[in-house]
Amino acid sequence: MAEEIKITVTRYNPDKEAELKTQTFTIPYHNDWSILDGLNYIKAELDGTLTYRWSCRMAVCGSCGMMVNGTPRLTCSTYLNEFYPGEITIEPLANFPIIRDLVVDLTDFMDKLKEVKPWIIRKNKSDENDTSKEYIQTTAQMDKYYQQTLCINCTLCYAACPVYGLHPDFIGPAVIALGYRYNNDSRDQGKDERRKFLASEDGVWKCTVVGDCTEVCPKHVDPSAVIQRTKVDNATNWFFSFLKGKK
Amino acid sequence: MGLLKKINALEPLWWSLFGLGGMIAAFILPVHLFLHGIAIPMGWVSPDLLSYERMMSVLSSPYGIIVKLFLFSIISFPLFHAAHRIRLTIEDLRIGWLNTIMPLISYGGAIVLSVITIVVLFYKLS
Ligand code: FES
Repeated sequence: MAEEIKITVTRYNPDKEAELKTQTFTIPYHNDWSILDGLNYIKAELDGTLTYRWSCRMAVCGSCGMMVNGTPRLTCSTYLNEFYPGEITIEPLANFPIIRDLVVDLTDFMDKLKEVKPWIIRKNKSDENDTSKEYIQTTAQMDKYYQQTLCINCTLCYAACPVYGLHPDFIGPAVIALGYRYNNDSRDQGKDERRKFLASEDGVWKCTVVGDCTEVCPKHVDPSAVIQRTKVDNATNWFFSFLKGKK
Repeated sequence: MGLLKKINALEPLWWSLFGLGGMIAAFILPVHLFLHGIAIPMGWVSPDLLSYERMMSVLSSPYGIIVKLFLFSIISFPLFHAAHRIRLTIEDLRIGWLNTIMPLISYGGAIVLSVITIVVLFYKLS
């Protein structure tokens, strides 16, 4: 008999029922199947109503994040063979409201993302539309922020962050990492503008250095370290403006 | 409430003291724990080296002020480190009312104990 593996998924359909339920499917086991392949098998062959997000299936788009046996993972790059012959439990990403089955509502994250202004800001606004100017960057200058450009907004760090779970107002790891990415870009001049948001009460200071964000990040953006560096930067700025009598 | 708001607005200060205290607690305190807690009881170092009389004479020597500043740093900054850590832990435990007054208790406590340290070191021992 062909090998099989059991996958238990969260089911939720607010139109029909207010409760979350689970459902277990038994699917064929293939050594080279990702969990997403397993979910696609369920949807195609067993139950077409199962709802979840995915797109690129190669760890680029960041839409297939789910809780896999309690840990936030990208299901397209997590393989069945990691768990076989054990069972797999798939839940929607923690800390977010659930829309249906394995799909969560990311509105809160999207709003915060906009607020950190993740684009290059110039003091002289006309620079932003002037395509004739060149902004040359050395590799050393690019190294300062390159790691943080790799963020794919998969929000696994938000699902892992206990501080975000407790205080949903916390602006969170990925958004801070993106603020850092632009703040450390030699072409950018928007650090002061972003500081209002990053150093606010719900900004970097809320972080208690648990470090789970860095642990689960599939792109090794290392949000935890970045948050601490942003704290140092904001503390230094605070002391200087304090000495200058601005506070 | 106004006072609590002001305390919270000083977050960069608390965090810096937390960092500094953490460094000291991690790198300097273990040396003292080793000296006083292990090396002297084990007889590896003569107890006379850190005897009361000897310490008092060091404190009243011209270098006394440096020793006092050193003692102040290893006592006061780790207090702020502990204060911040305890406050955040209480916050994570979500005890509403305690959470609100915790900044006052923890940082206030660290400030009071630091002042006592200053009084003892710089007034009582001079
Ligand atoms: S499907 Fe795009 S990251 Fe997994």
